[in-house]
Amino acid sequence: MRALTWHGKHDVRVETVPDPQIVNPRDAIIRVTSTAICGSDLHLYDSYIPTMHKGDILGHEFMGEVVDVGPGSTLQKGQRVVVPFVIACGKCFFCEKQQYSACDNSNPAEKADMSEVLYGYPMSGIFGYSHLTGGYAGGQAEYVRVPYSDVGPIVVPDGLEDDRVLFLSDILPTGWMAAENCDIEPGDTVAVWGCGPVGLFTIQSALLMGAHRVIAIDHYPRRLELARSMGAEVINYHDVKVREALYEMTGGIGPDAVVDAVGLESHGFTIDNMIDAVKTTTKLGTDRAHVLREAILACRKGGRVSIPGVYGGFGDKIPIGALMEKGLQIKTGQTHVQRYLRPLLEMIGEGKVDTTFLISHRLPLEDAPEGYKMFKTQQNEVTKVVLKPH
Amino acid sequence: MSSENVERALESDAPLSAAVHQRDVAHAAAEERSWREAAVVGRTVTINRPRQEVYAFWRDFRNLARFLENIESVEPRDDGRSRWRVAAPGGRTVEWDSVVTADQPGALIAWESADGADIRNTGTVEFRDAPPGRGTEVTATIVYDPPGGDLGKLVAKLFQKEPKVQTRRDLRRFKQLMETGEISTSAAPDPEHAGAAPRGGAQAQG
Repeated sequence: MRALTWHGKHDVRVETVPDPQIVNPRDAIIRVTSTAICGSDLHLYDSYIPTMHKGDILGHEFMGEVVDVGPGSTLQKGQRVVVPFVIACGKCFFCEKQQYSACDNSNPAEKADMSEVLYGYPMSGIFGYSHLTGGYAGGQAEYVRVPYSDVGPIVVPDGLEDDRVLFLSDILPTGWMAAENCDIEPGDTVAVWGCGPVGLFTIQSALLMGAHRVIAIDHYPRRLELARSMGAEVINYHDVKVREALYEMTGGIGPDAVVDAVGLESHGFTIDNMIDAVKTTTKLGTDRAHVLREAILACRKGGRVSIPGVYGGFGDKIPIGALMEKGLQIKTGQTHVQRYLRPLLEMIGEGKVDTTFLISHRLPLEDAPEGYKMFKTQQNEVTKVVLKPH
Repeated sequence: MSSENVERALESDAPLSAAVHQRDVAHAAAEERSWREAAVVGRTVTINRPRQEVYAFWRDFRNLARFLENIESVEPRDDGRSRWRVAAPGGRTVEWDSVVTADQPGALIAWESADGADIRNTGTVEFRDAPPGRGTEVTATIVYDPPGGDLGKLVAKLFQKEPKVQTRRDLRRFKQLMETGEISTSAAPDPEHAGAAPRGGAQAQG
């Protein structure tokens, strides 16, 4: 089959590789019909992520048709499914608590050592995202093997075309969980730093959850325009000082909840990009820790801090005093995608959630290297690239 | 040698952690067995299955080869012993007989290598109820006599120079097999062996 493979910094290629096979009883093989390039894929492209091997197949946002199943799969050939980027076994303590991104079993035993050393406990497996998260082949390919296929993939009805459901794989539930982590109450103002795909979906979700206002912060005009079209008020941080503007816009109280949808590339120790829930290519200044600091300082007393943005290493000068003295609560984590699939699919079907506005480019799989290049270099115009392997 | 340190390790609420960090404990283990020296490795894992089921799976020693990476086979024999066969580099195998020294159903299994084993070793695996609703805590402890010469190199390779690494990987596989019915793998498809299921996969039960 054809697949997009990684070979080094700014070197991805479409190559012919062996077809995936059913290996374990609960596996399924998916014929990929749509797969997106994620902001976090650019970290692989830029070679920030360790434990990538030449020839690794990328891609963790994908969907397609079931073409083969193991005896333990509950899927049937011919079904259309969207596959979560997080691989979860469904049987461990964490999966039973619906903390799917903490799954204890999906990262193969021989791959789990590094994250256990880094974080104290191993991370779950993720498709197409280095060997730290399991070394699984990704979905920017004609076919992909999906382990634990009885737990992850959600079957979608034929009436819903790919563009409307593809982002269930990652960025839509990631934005939803970011808003959920804000514990929104009536009258609340939510401030969202970063208007990449996750930030935009956070805005949409926060308004659906009853936020009184959402204020979006970025500097790319096209992305601020998208945020405004979704109902957010906007701050262009090139024009004003963000904290002053937020103070003014909230009557001197501050936002009730703040969302860091940017994340951080820590210096020298680049595993921070390991798995990405940010999905934004927006770069808010060069000092990225600035966003988390600014969000904590801008948040009202007793407010909530939601961090969908990815951090992997160590943050410098986090204002722990402001956090404690103001009594803030922090919620964060990789997305428990499986938990949100069904309710979000329903909302898509009812027309309450729209994902199609984000897609700016559609390309055949063979043009994927060009897709990576333009996603990296034209961030204002290129909001999302979807690849079509078939 | 400090018996005081050994005592302290045994009295700890985390005796395994205390023991593997106490060189004195390894010395004591060697002395107790009249070995030249001893190495102690161990690991605890929580498995989200009932205690009796986890115990029973381990007690059928044939199952061990499904998750202990270096063990090729364990064949129980009529006399209560079992034959352990380990794949060695260069197509060689190392074998020894093992004797069960303690068996408390649902709670503990202990074994040791019979006289004449190339790699003298003893092991204990304990099963305790985890907090309500969380299954079983399994603690495996292995004490072995690191041989010198070619065998020493083999053992070093088997244990990947860091015995703790091998033990934790083996117990992760045990947990995966018990909880999910299969052993997680991301191995790339091998075009020459299409369709070959990896060990521990196809007939797994949970």
